[in-house]
Amino acid sequence: MLIMKSEIVWMIIGMGLVTYIPRMLPFVLFKGKELPPFIQGVLKNVPYATLGALIFPAILLLQKGDIWYGIAGAAAAFAAAFLGANVIIVVLGSITFLAVYSYFL
Amino acid sequence: MSEFAIGKESSEFKKGLQAGVSIGIGYFPIALTFGLLAKTTGLSIYEAVLMSMIVFAGASQYISLSLLAYGTGIVEIVLTTFIVNIRHFLMSTTLNEKCEDDTLSNKMLYSFGITDETFSVAATKEGTASTGFMFGVNLLAYLSWVVFTGIGHLIGASLPQTLQESMGIALYAMFVGLLVPSLKKSVKVLFLAALAAIFNSVFTLGGIMAQGWSIVVSTILSAVLMELIEMMKAKHWGVNNEK
Repeated sequence: MLIMKSEIVWMIIGMGLVTYIPRMLPFVLFKGKELPPFIQGVLKNVPYATLGALIFPAILLLQKGDIWYGIAGAAAAFAAAFLGANVIIVVLGSITFLAVYSYFL
Repeated sequence: MSEFAIGKESSEFKKGLQAGVSIGIGYFPIALTFGLLAKTTGLSIYEAVLMSMIVFAGASQYISLSLLAYGTGIVEIVLTTFIVNIRHFLMSTTLNEKCEDDTLSNKMLYSFGITDETFSVAATKEGTASTGFMFGVNLLAYLSWVVFTGIGHLIGASLPQTLQESMGIALYAMFVGLLVPSLKKSVKVLFLAALAAIFNSVFTLGGIMAQGWSIVVSTILSAVLMELIEMMKAKHWGVNNEK
């Protein structure tokens, strides 16, 4: 038997709708490749700009009171990626690096 | 011929699943903690899992818990969710240019799974992103998010603190891992990422705008600025950097 407060369920449905609509709408509104060249150029830039904004400043706040914790982890990830490691290796490598880092410091 | 097409679709789907593994690892500690926090906030396991299944957006789900604990009204929580998640509009618009042409119903289905992380993986992929690939990435991310929400609520404890802390780097390490290969190839990518990083840091740390807006505004500002610079370069010096 499911025990759910109906108020919470309505809230979840509402949250789901307002989250899904912005995700889905562009696929309905635009066919792709019909936007003006300037906008297409801007959109090509978006992924790299987004990545920059997703990493900073959040990485500095990864551990409260120690900005070096996040910086150390990011540096490990950067080094691994720069040497051409696969993304999964980059992820696992940085986790391991930070586990060792906090063990010794 | 159709057999060939099916074979291609399923291998694209597998590639998507593979590309989704790092997201799955990254979601593990966050979903686990979400399940745990949902329990302490007073949500049942069904409500917690239902939220992860229907909303599938980490930051806004965390915020809804703290607002619930605060006694905030439902309308305000939904409104806040909308503001926090509006950045997906920009991500979907970008992906729409990159994704393989397909039926609207397929696109509407996989668009449900677009998050910061699935977007980053698909948008930095070389060439077009096929429908099979999109389904693979999004499905793996989704399963990790939903399943570990349930497990977090069920066991009601988080990981050992050292592991929990070190696993917190996972998604950022993934973002770095996706950015670096393009960064090695072009200085433009470095400037784009650095510009957006600076804008976003100033806007959020300076308390100028909430994070939901800040990511969108920083991204658009940097992307437009860079495109204007490229245009000026092309006009003034006849340099054409287009590929």
